[in-house]
Amino acid sequence: MEMLMLTFTIFVLAIFVGVEVINKVPPTLHTPLMSGTNAISGIVVVGAIISSGGGEQTDGLSTFLGVLAIILACINIFGGFTVTDRMLHMFKKK
Amino acid sequence: MHVFINLAYLVAAVLFIFGIKGMTTPKTAVRGNQLSAVGMLIAVVAALLEQNVVSYLYIIMGVLIGAGIGTFLAKKVQMTSMPEMVAALNGFGGGASLLVASANYLEMQKAAEMPLGMIAGMPEADLKWAIALILSILIGAVTLTGSFVAVGKLMGKLGDPSSIGMFKLIVKICFVLLVSGSIYFVIDGPLENADLLIVMVVLCLLLGVALVIPIGGADMPVVIALLNSYSGLAGSATGFVLGNNGLIITGSLVGASGLILTTIMCKAMNRSLTNVLFGGSMAAQAGVSKDENDAFYEGKVKVTSADEVAMLLDSAKKVVFVPGYGLAVAQAQHATRELASMLQAHDIDVKYAIHPVAGRMPGHMNVLLAEAEVPYEQLVEMDNINPEFAQTDVAIVLGANDVTNPAASKDPNSPIYGMPILEVQNAKTVIVVKRGLSPGFAGIPNELFINDNSLMVHGDAKLVLQEIISAMKDL
Repeated sequence: MEMLMLTFTIFVLAIFVGVEVINKVPPTLHTPLMSGTNAISGIVVVGAIISSGGGEQTDGLSTFLGVLAIILACINIFGGFTVTDRMLHMFKKK
Repeated sequence: MHVFINLAYLVAAVLFIFGIKGMTTPKTAVRGNQLSAVGMLIAVVAALLEQNVVSYLYIIMGVLIGAGIGTFLAKKVQMTSMPEMVAALNGFGGGASLLVASANYLEMQKAAEMPLGMIAGMPEADLKWAIALILSILIGAVTLTGSFVAVGKLMGKLGDPSSIGMFKLIVKICFVLLVSGSIYFVIDGPLENADLLIVMVVLCLLLGVALVIPIGGADMPVVIALLNSYSGLAGSATGFVLGNNGLIITGSLVGASGLILTTIMCKAMNRSLTNVLFGGSMAAQAGVSKDENDAFYEGKVKVTSADEVAMLLDSAKKVVFVPGYGLAVAQAQHATRELASMLQAHDIDVKYAIHPVAGRMPGHMNVLLAEAEVPYEQLVEMDNINPEFAQTDVAIVLGANDVTNPAASKDPNSPIYGMPILEVQNAKTVIVVKRGLSPGFAGIPNELFINDNSLMVHGDAKLVLQEIISAMKDL
């Protein structure tokens, strides 16, 4: 129970950090912000890697789901960062 | 080792926060994005060092396929299609969370059958785990199908249904079944109820479709922002499932971001989130018929030509462009910028007035204009440009309609009453470039077009702008 309280506290505090930081992003950059957050939500790849890593807890089906998850998460990571970079360079040049 | 891995996840989350902080100015944004990418690399390396990761073959395969598809999409996508791209990425994010949680469920089942009932590094199958698992699977599945319906709507492949009653009913039934199913699942013992879990996943996939289909195409900016938030929350829930703080922090950052953008979009349309989600499309509620629309404009619209516009612009001191989505459809961004540069060469002050819902997603119009190399300093937000219209000689409305309708501030009976608008009518002369007189997304006529100081040029925005440019050259 204490563990749960602790992780829940982290969750709530992180939302406040998110609100504080994101409120300062100007409307001009809202589209890159969205594609950028798409990219970082690919962090779920971490869980997918553990499921695809062939540890003794995995079996055929869970590995398959894990690999599928890696593919989707990597589309987000590579697609998100690349397209964000593309857009931001448009804003940079004069 | 375990401590170092968790520390690495924390470092990644901190880098993501710095990355988003970099997005507060266009100058630092590229670097911010790179910082986030470094954070992601650190997190991935840390995950590869986890003790339960013993073979890398499938991981490498998955990364290569995903990286290939992602990079290809990112390089190829047109800036006008960014809303579809982001909606699809939301869907993939939700889908990844769904899959990771499902894989984890299978692993927990297997672990429970092991002689000792535990495998090192695995979380405990307790109540907290069960609740997080169900949330992660439910939100992930709704985000997955909801996002792809949104993509279909944005691409124009899926229209707005004429009756939304059936979808509302499906949503209600799914909701009741899911709530009762979830409670049973958690209390009765999650590991023994795999069949129930499968049924609930299917229900959620259906729920995602039924939730988004009735929402009007014009409301997609809100839906994309909301699904963005969901994809983050699904990630957070997955973090609770795996007991991974890095995932929890990152997911809540994304969730907060999506929520803020949703609120901004709702405010810009003066509608509540519930109204957007369950109110059906605006045009279906309040639209006027074609005859009423024609009667409204009958004989009151003053039409002008490109030559006259060129002469007006030549004697102007300050010109404001008011771009709407129609500008993007006509691919007229570059012609607009060309005309703007010409005006600036004549020492005319040029600005662009950007309404928050001018494009099809938050900040979309800014990206489209940035692509045409319009300096971002010239893009002015609604609240800042509105006081300037009174000193503006010529305002040129390009493919924008509802966001310039004075009825929003004057007529309490208008369906868009209370929506913040660009006060274009205060400019000395308003030039409206528009193909015809068809109503915008709200389905109502615009009295701006019949004002005394308004002149219309009928035609495709790009062609009209090119005519004005050549007329300016001839002056």
